[in-house]
Amino acid sequence: MNQVAHLAQRSITRTLRQPILFVPSLIFPLFLLAVNASGLDAATSLPGFPTDSYLTFAIGLTFMQGALFAMMGAGQSIAGDIQHGFFSRLQLTPLRGSSLIAGQLAGVTLQGLIQAVTYAAIALAFGAHLEAGPLGILVLFVLSAFVGLAFGSIGLAVGLRTGNGEAVQGVFPLMFVFLFLSSAALPRDLIQADWFQTAATINPVSYLIEGFRSLFVTGWDGEALALAFGVAAAVFVLGMAAASAALRTRMERT
Amino acid sequence: MSTNTTRFLRGAWSIAWRQLHTMITKPALFLPSLIFPLFFFAAFAGGLSAVDRAPGFDYPNYTTFQYVFVLMQSAVFGGVFTGFAVAADFEFGFARRMMLATRNHWTLIAGYATTALVRALMVWAVVTVVALATGAEILGSFGDMAELLVIAILLNFAAVLFACGLAMRFRTLQAAPLIQLPAFLLIMTAPVYVPRDLIQGWVATVADGNPMTAVLEAGRNLIIGAPAETLLALGVVVGLITVMFVWSRGGLRSAEAAG
Repeated sequence: MNQVAHLAQRSITRTLRQPILFVPSLIFPLFLLAVNASGLDAATSLPGFPTDSYLTFAIGLTFMQGALFAMMGAGQSIAGDIQHGFFSRLQLTPLRGSSLIAGQLAGVTLQGLIQAVTYAAIALAFGAHLEAGPLGILVLFVLSAFVGLAFGSIGLAVGLRTGNGEAVQGVFPLMFVFLFLSSAALPRDLIQADWFQTAATINPVSYLIEGFRSLFVTGWDGEALALAFGVAAAVFVLGMAAASAALRTRMERT
Repeated sequence: MSTNTTRFLRGAWSIAWRQLHTMITKPALFLPSLIFPLFFFAAFAGGLSAVDRAPGFDYPNYTTFQYVFVLMQSAVFGGVFTGFAVAADFEFGFARRMMLATRNHWTLIAGYATTALVRALMVWAVVTVVALATGAEILGSFGDMAELLVIAILLNFAAVLFACGLAMRFRTLQAAPLIQLPAFLLIMTAPVYVPRDLIQGWVATVADGNPMTAVLEAGRNLIIGAPAETLLALGVVVGLITVMFVWSRGGLRSAEAAG
């Protein structure tokens, strides 16, 4: 626990000391939210659209974008540690691999929370409606931190596998595809193109976005929340397994 | 043709050829500029097609509506991606050597502009095939389509002048986000998803003054054969080229001064 605490402290301090790492993760998703809320407001008049505010509808995408930025942050941090030799020095200590991963993810969790608070505060200030009420905010923050953690573990796996910041950056466009081929812009039942509806239904990111969205639009939707937490848990397990495997390989190699 | 003109053209072509050769031998450098427009087209035309049922949406075909956006977006990003190549050439010394080898340094910009145009034409060809295969309709005449192409080519030229101006000032790949961001802002604050009168809030105000609005609106009308304000769109892109010409000249001088 002591090892985890030290690495967690380093990870958190590094996140806070390098605003360049997380400020874009606040600005870009909010900018896209602002553009989409204005540009796609006409979509709220479609029959069956669940809310009369596109801002309220679109905020789910913002939280998911934040998770992707957290993923990039985690991957970049560990890749930086490898490139600059910190990782090699750690290997000379009796540090356990699991402690390294857990410690690294602390900064990601914090980043997820900072993002969640910022997104929610700004969206609510500009007129978004949180149907789930004050308790919903708590669930929103927990879900945001958990999704950030889950995608952070994927970033960690990529960073450990490649040991290269540019390679981590290269994953971003791929994740962007998952983000946009989802139910981010319209509810799934309103998507007209069959192939897109199928892609959005298969895409796990749709369920994460719908989980965030449900708190704003529907209130307490047990199914949407269970799916969101379930998908996040699955991504987390996969990410941790991949990160552990990549860590083992790297430790053997170093 | 005078010797100076021949030298200029030869120098520009050698730069363009080098870039195009790199594009062919290293597809990883070209693929993003092809995949991104296709991806945006798929995401917008596929995912948002229901938007055409919104009250007040009077454009006949949402796929065509988004096709024109993607066409103009790839015109701009053809210039932006070429700007990355300019920055890399300065960072790794090639552009500096070219500046020593050429008397007229506009040769460099002409070479990069040729690359940007070829890159954009390749992307447009692929995007057009995909758009037509997925339901986009061209109802305008041959003349309308020629006007649309001229607007897109001029926009591509304005974008490459902008990107060259920035890349030559910073002369490092680290300036890539600086090149990308203004282009992204310009594009996303135009009428991307719906016609201008259906946009609400601050984007509606920004879109009114955004030069891309005139370009997109003219393009969207030309492709369906509707009356289009082509002269306004041409005026806007020529105006952009004029401003960006001055901007890129400043960049070129900055690079010359840096040696």
